[in-house]
Amino acid sequence: METSIWHALLYLVGILAFAGLNAAYLGYCERKGAARIQRRSGPTEVGYAGLLQPLADGIKLMSKQLLVPKGVDGIIFRAAPILAMVPAITSMAVIPFSGNIQARAMELSVLLLFALAALAMFAILLGGWASGNKYALISSTRAVSQTLAYEIPMLFTVITVVLISGSLNLQDIALDQQGGFWRWNIFRIENGHFLTMWISFLIFFICTIAETNRAPFDMAEAESELVAGFMTEYGSMGFGLFMMGEYLNIVVAACLTTVLFLGGWDCPLGLIPGVWWFLIKIYILIFTFIWIRWTFPRTQIYKLLNLNWKILIPFSMVNLLITAVLIKVF
Amino acid sequence: MSAYWRDIFYGSKSLIKGMLITGRQFFKPVVTEQYPYETPTLPPLFRGHIELIGNAESGLPNCVVCMMCQRACPSDCISLGGKKAEGGKGKVLTSYILDFTKCSLCGSCVESCKFDALRYSHEYNLVSFNKDDFIIDLMKRLEEQNRCKQ
Repeated sequence: METSIWHALLYLVGILAFAGLNAAYLGYCERKGAARIQRRSGPTEVGYAGLLQPLADGIKLMSKQLLVPKGVDGIIFRAAPILAMVPAITSMAVIPFSGNIQARAMELSVLLLFALAALAMFAILLGGWASGNKYALISSTRAVSQTLAYEIPMLFTVITVVLISGSLNLQDIALDQQGGFWRWNIFRIENGHFLTMWISFLIFFICTIAETNRAPFDMAEAESELVAGFMTEYGSMGFGLFMMGEYLNIVVAACLTTVLFLGGWDCPLGLIPGVWWFLIKIYILIFTFIWIRWTFPRTQIYKLLNLNWKILIPFSMVNLLITAVLIKVF
Repeated sequence: MSAYWRDIFYGSKSLIKGMLITGRQFFKPVVTEQYPYETPTLPPLFRGHIELIGNAESGLPNCVVCMMCQRACPSDCISLGGKKAEGGKGKVLTSYILDFTKCSLCGSCVESCKFDALRYSHEYNLVSFNKDDFIIDLMKRLEEQNRCKQ
């Protein structure tokens, strides 16, 4: 792979544009999706069908004062929203959008992605802690216990994928699944992996919902009990950055699910693979995220942890075991 | 142990059911009425403030100034005046003022009218910063309606 400065700059601009566009327009899609599910029409006033709504929201947020209340930990309070965005954007550097669209092909990209995903939790922890507000503090402790718990089954299911592909490189994992949906990890016929991999996929998907703090697992910003959780004290673009970070995390989670389980940029029937298949898959996954959010009410924190420790972790461990046995036997 | 599996089974089933319900709603048409751009079709018995009914030919009010509506009104909203008809018997209406700020839309006036001279209007765009805007001259309203008819 060529490593000129232009290559790096091109990807920097490309990824920032992709991230910014997604962060802005997923908010719009979320509002439209929620509206359709509740049989409303959503934003319609700004631009054609409300298409300029994200722009109007952005201008409104930027024109407001960035208020830092008395008694907060100033530096951390200001740094937390930035920390919410940075890991998500950084993760995109190693995601293979197609066979030749990847900013940096790293050998350990799976590891890097999960390290960055764990960092995203720090934004919530620091933001909540620095606010000096009891709602924010409760919210951040909840977020930490939830994220830590859900990382365990998530990583177990990732290990099954890594075992099958024999690589920690996302590019290799995706290349290993080329050639039709029967080679994708979720339906993999080879070695009989389809018996357990769809369960792995479900576990992984549930974990990504929990990791990105989306409803029904949005314990961190449970607005009916915690005002707005860790975002209580944030206004203007501080709040905006948190929201953008949240949507970017969803994009990264969808990309990761696509690469690990749904064959990356591969066409289901083995025809014309390309980046469009990747985009179609991630937007279907993101739509499912929105769909789930507007279907289910928020769970309680102990039910959330019960689901994780009693169901997801045992299932993912058994899955790992079965996958290993299948690989060894065949 | 069996409770554990039952929980998982019925839990997943109910989750899928919920997803299907919202999935179906997603493709159904929107029910929102875009208020300023769309006018609703009001039901025939919609109670707006009252208005005078004009004669089908002349457009003059059917009212004979019997004062039954004024007497029926529990909130004292209605004040009307009339004079002797020129060259005929009975009276003609000269002014009909409705103080809508006090009206509770009880409908006693419409009920008490024996001459088919009062009805509910379908006016629902009622908003103002000025209380006086709701002291409505129904004679003027009838004239405007007549002008619109022509």
